[in-house]
Amino acid sequence: MSNPEQAPTDGESIRASAAEWLIKRRDCETWNADDEAALNAWLDQSPAHSIAFWRLEDVWSKADRLSALRRPMRETPVARARSAMPRFLVAAALVAMVVAGAGTYAVIPHSQAYETPLGGREILTLRDGSQIELNTSTSLRISDRADRREIWLDRGEAYFDVRHDPRRPFVVIAGNHRVIDLGTKFVMRRDPERLEVAVVEGDVRLNRDGADQRGASAVLRAGEIATATASTLSVTTRSNAVLSEELGWRRGVLIFRHTTLAEAVAQFNRYNQHKLSIADAATARLRLGGTFPTANVEGFADAAKEILGLRVTRHEDETIISR
Amino acid sequence: MAGMFRGMADTPEIGLGRQHDGGAGIAVSDLKGWFLREVLPLEAALMQFLRRSGRSKSEIDDLCQDVYVRIFEAAQKQLPQPVRPFVFTVARNLLIDRIRKDQIVPIETVAELDMLDVAFEGPGPDRTVMAREELRRLQAALDLLPERCREAVVMRKVEGLSRREIAQRMGIAEFTVNAHLTHGVRALADMVYGDPAQLRRKT
Repeated sequence: MSNPEQAPTDGESIRASAAEWLIKRRDCETWNADDEAALNAWLDQSPAHSIAFWRLEDVWSKADRLSALRRPMRETPVARARSAMPRFLVAAALVAMVVAGAGTYAVIPHSQAYETPLGGREILTLRDGSQIELNTSTSLRISDRADRREIWLDRGEAYFDVRHDPRRPFVVIAGNHRVIDLGTKFVMRRDPERLEVAVVEGDVRLNRDGADQRGASAVLRAGEIATATASTLSVTTRSNAVLSEELGWRRGVLIFRHTTLAEAVAQFNRYNQHKLSIADAATARLRLGGTFPTANVEGFADAAKEILGLRVTRHEDETIISR
Repeated sequence: MAGMFRGMADTPEIGLGRQHDGGAGIAVSDLKGWFLREVLPLEAALMQFLRRSGRSKSEIDDLCQDVYVRIFEAAQKQLPQPVRPFVFTVARNLLIDRIRKDQIVPIETVAELDMLDVAFEGPGPDRTVMAREELRRLQAALDLLPERCREAVVMRKVEGLSRREIAQRMGIAEFTVNAHLTHGVRALADMVYGDPAQLRRKT
């Protein structure tokens, strides 16, 4: 995965990155404040980045005028109205859209348990607009009451985007740990050995209930990642840009920026039973970018086929990519 | 004519990051408008100029980027006026730098560089014509995109479909739609700004 600290400087890489940023920002419904911050950080790195971005942004905006050529039959789709709306309305419209759209989104009416299968992902919206995004193999229970909001993270990983309300505390309980929202976006992953809490925005308080009176409490700030085991707690710090890139795969996607096929394939093989392999060194050196679901090996192979014009041969336990 | 700008491409490196927030310089937002309005329309001529150096496509792309960065840095202090000769002087000086670094200098390359001064005298872009031409050029560029890529761009830009709808219609994943759009915007920019010859060939 590309490291922002070692951003490539050749024209090709910069233009490729600029295009990825632009499409992600202008055409992806998932774009959020963290993405915006990461983009700004990238633009600030070098005038070459800004210029490459402006150049593409300009032509992409002008391409909107191509809609003058559209057939008059279709009704105006929701997505088109977006650019004219202020940001908060956009957010509201998006929420409305996703709620009305696929069954993967739901507004939570009351206490309930939720579970995602292997490779699954689901966004839950509480009545106050707070959102919980469940990653693969995750189960949690929600109690959305008038005086408090409690979530039990029993297994897996979830991203929390919380509407802070001091009168209705938002608490996530994971075993003997409690994470109390202090106005935040954060992600938690729980597996049998440990709990990880990464704060994207705002603060959270992490409390450990000590059965032996040895409870602990710490306030975590944006950019901090706490790793707690039964007996230890460590906190590390990441820059915002790095954190949000990392959160990409934490939420079930792999982010590639002008990455060699060899590296991308290696990443996929870390996460999946079904392995990918590349037939020859020249193919391995081809580069591609994009954001791909971690578990979608087949989809990635298809994308490589589509984007790079390669051949994909599927066998029972492995898929071979060749020219 | 070229002489009066010589050396301007060698503006000292300004650490970009925060420098331009410091008051004296020109705001990045103003620079952006200026750049899109004044510099970008020269890209076709600039690329033509750089191509005549006989360098590889990727080298030319890098050079074009370097020219833009130099112009950007100079413009932070003061907007160069007139723009066109300045752009070509920067390009010319960068080319000379490259040739020097190569060490082996084919004699005709240097001679040709002086002849390239002709490019400075070309007519500036006429904005009313440009605006009228833009849609036609975009349309022509669109027709030259690879088929699947064009399909995705048309659905997004002409029909205004969402990524999900495009994915469903094309029978591909949403991230593949992204890949098509990413490829599409780059190709459109290259064709609309950089390579009018390519457009003319087919239209």
